[in-house]
Amino acid sequence: MRLKSLAASSALGLLAGALFSGSAFAQQITVYCGDNDCDTMRMIADRFEAEHPGMSINFELVSYQAILEALPVQLESGEGPDAAVVTDLGGLSRYYLDISEYVDSDFFEDEFGGTLIWLRGANPGSDAINGMPFTLTVNGGYVNLTLFEQAGVPLPEEGATWDEWAEATSQVAAATGTEFAMSMDRSGHRFASLAISHGAELVDEEGNPVVDEGLRLAVEKFVDWHQTGVMPMDLWGAVGGATHRELFSDFLNANVVMYFGGSWALWQMDAEVGDLFDWKVIDAPCGPGSCTVMPGGGALVGFAHTRHPEVVGAWIGYLAQPENMREVVSTLVEIPAGRTLVEDGVDYPTASERTQEALATFTNQIPKMAPAAYRFQGWRFQRAMMNALTTRISQVLNNELSIDAALDRIAQDVNLAIEAAAGT
Amino acid sequence: MSTTNWVSRAGFGLMSLPARVIEPVMSGVQRLIGIKRMPWFFLIPNLTAVMLFALLPVLINVFYSLTGSDRLYPQDRPWVGGRNYETLFDCTNYLDPSTCSRDLFWRALGNTLTFVPIQVVCMIGIALITALCLNREIRGRGFFRGVFFFPVMLSPVVVALTWQWILQRNGALNGIFSAIGLNPVNWLVFPNTAFFWSVFVTVWAHMGFYTIILLAGLQAIPRDVYEAAKMDSASNWRVFTKITLPLLRPVLLVVFILSMIRSVQTFDELYILTGGGPGSATMLMVQYIYEIGFAIQPRNFGLAAAASLLLGAALLVFTAIQLHLSRRAQNG
Repeated sequence: MRLKSLAASSALGLLAGALFSGSAFAQQITVYCGDNDCDTMRMIADRFEAEHPGMSINFELVSYQAILEALPVQLESGEGPDAAVVTDLGGLSRYYLDISEYVDSDFFEDEFGGTLIWLRGANPGSDAINGMPFTLTVNGGYVNLTLFEQAGVPLPEEGATWDEWAEATSQVAAATGTEFAMSMDRSGHRFASLAISHGAELVDEEGNPVVDEGLRLAVEKFVDWHQTGVMPMDLWGAVGGATHRELFSDFLNANVVMYFGGSWALWQMDAEVGDLFDWKVIDAPCGPGSCTVMPGGGALVGFAHTRHPEVVGAWIGYLAQPENMREVVSTLVEIPAGRTLVEDGVDYPTASERTQEALATFTNQIPKMAPAAYRFQGWRFQRAMMNALTTRISQVLNNELSIDAALDRIAQDVNLAIEAAAGT
Repeated sequence: MSTTNWVSRAGFGLMSLPARVIEPVMSGVQRLIGIKRMPWFFLIPNLTAVMLFALLPVLINVFYSLTGSDRLYPQDRPWVGGRNYETLFDCTNYLDPSTCSRDLFWRALGNTLTFVPIQVVCMIGIALITALCLNREIRGRGFFRGVFFFPVMLSPVVVALTWQWILQRNGALNGIFSAIGLNPVNWLVFPNTAFFWSVFVTVWAHMGFYTIILLAGLQAIPRDVYEAAKMDSASNWRVFTKITLPLLRPVLLVVFILSMIRSVQTFDELYILTGGGPGSATMLMVQYIYEIGFAIQPRNFGLAAAASLLLGAALLVFTAIQLHLSRRAQNG
């Protein structure tokens, strides 16, 4: 009896010891991500954990605003997650972990090429691998085809300019009694599409801000559209500061003919517009400079303060494999960023036929993107420029500044931001 | 010895135990530092808390305002001296923000100097009228007290989103306008109407709190004073100006100080309702500080710290003036 209880105690002790040692040596990392991103990555992480005993991943669901505003403060204080899906790609670059010793660098360079530069911030020439683009987003316009049909106005074809779109949508709005012809999210990123297509550089090869005639032309046109009622004042006119604002409900309620947002709104189009009216994504409107829209999207990056860089590297390397990214992109109904998936294409079984067409249109814009758009996307001071654009253009719309003064202010704001960051 | 007696003696013994333990310690301290310094000894816990949670952050803020870069840790921040203050005060004409290097700071300051007096006067005036009404014997008085206090319990985000829903182009208010044949107004697009609604929404959201304080003050005024005035056939206006207002003055002073501090701190409702717009028409100082310190990247902690210290200094001057005036009033 005594022997039996001794054996049982020993067995329990061994079991507890094994469990304890298992938990003590498990290397767990925390990853910040958004709602759908977390769910999708969890499915793949389950497989990763099964294939990598002793490594585990804890996903923490955080808001987009927290990633933008709270995460940088955490990182600056040496705290925060081990990895995160971020959108300020260049701005946070100094906190990134170089995972090149844990992953196949050649594969990453081959697969993600130019987009890796976005993560290198002030060192675009370095060989560091800081993470991977999670999915690619593309700015673009959605038009209400039903309104075009009702108005009997032909839809502008590929290669149509911004002016032609403004003209056509205004005719549709007038004929159908729609409140506004066009609207654009209050976002410097969205405005950059218009600006670069009008020839604006925004940033030069050396990383200096550029305020040029292209930007002036875009601002003039944009202000004119607001003053003539082509665009509603509710977004750029009514809101101040650096606040991001969108009014998708206007498009949903057919109060606007063309809505300039981006590929991330596709799920909303599918879910909320559905069959209420016909819609489509249009090719990038052209300006005197190019027919370009801005690329964007989130990147999964590791942070240098992590205590488990090998787990971060292993996880990012695992997720980057085309079969895993295919699952992510297909589930999230997003545009792939990796070369293999772009070349082979991705099936979207859950998306409607219209959404699949829209995705194809968005994907077709990628080769047309101007070099300035790529450069701007990876610039460390991109957010400083975008904030200056939204703040100053709103002031012009409210007669607080002239266009000349606004352009001077934009240059001054960005230069002050650069000086402040340098501590000079 | 009876049981009751025994219990009471034991209880007394227990209660006096701490005193018997502390007493020798206190005597020792008193011998060490002298009786004159004993008050300081008792104040040390509170002073430590104030130092840690009030004075130290101010000192850190001063340090940040004198340093540059977007780094967080003090050791990583280069010393720039008064450059942040110079940047803020770099103006050709202080009355024209567009001549200033940091024009938004001056616009925000101007907006705050306009917003605070208007909002505080409206807040106190409406809260006083409401309190006077609720102090009368009216039917459903308890219900109305609850109704006026209800917005205070709402989150500022809920308040702002609710009013945004009411005031936006296709919002509830314009729906009513359309239904009765009036032209809809895009309330938040025009600087003047946006400013008006900014004041209105903040007054609506916080008025209930001050109404309750004033109501308590009104109920503390002795009834017999009013009865005496009634016997002397004093008019309602005379009763209000000669009895109610003078006796309510200490409470009004508290309400004035509290509402002014809250008004200067206004941020959350307006940040969501207007984002400081149209243009910069409703951008107040706290939003400016928040934006340059946290929302806009790279984060300019130094400039934000300098702006917040200037705001703090202005509040200090206001408070000193208020204290001086209230002391003078108290001394007759």
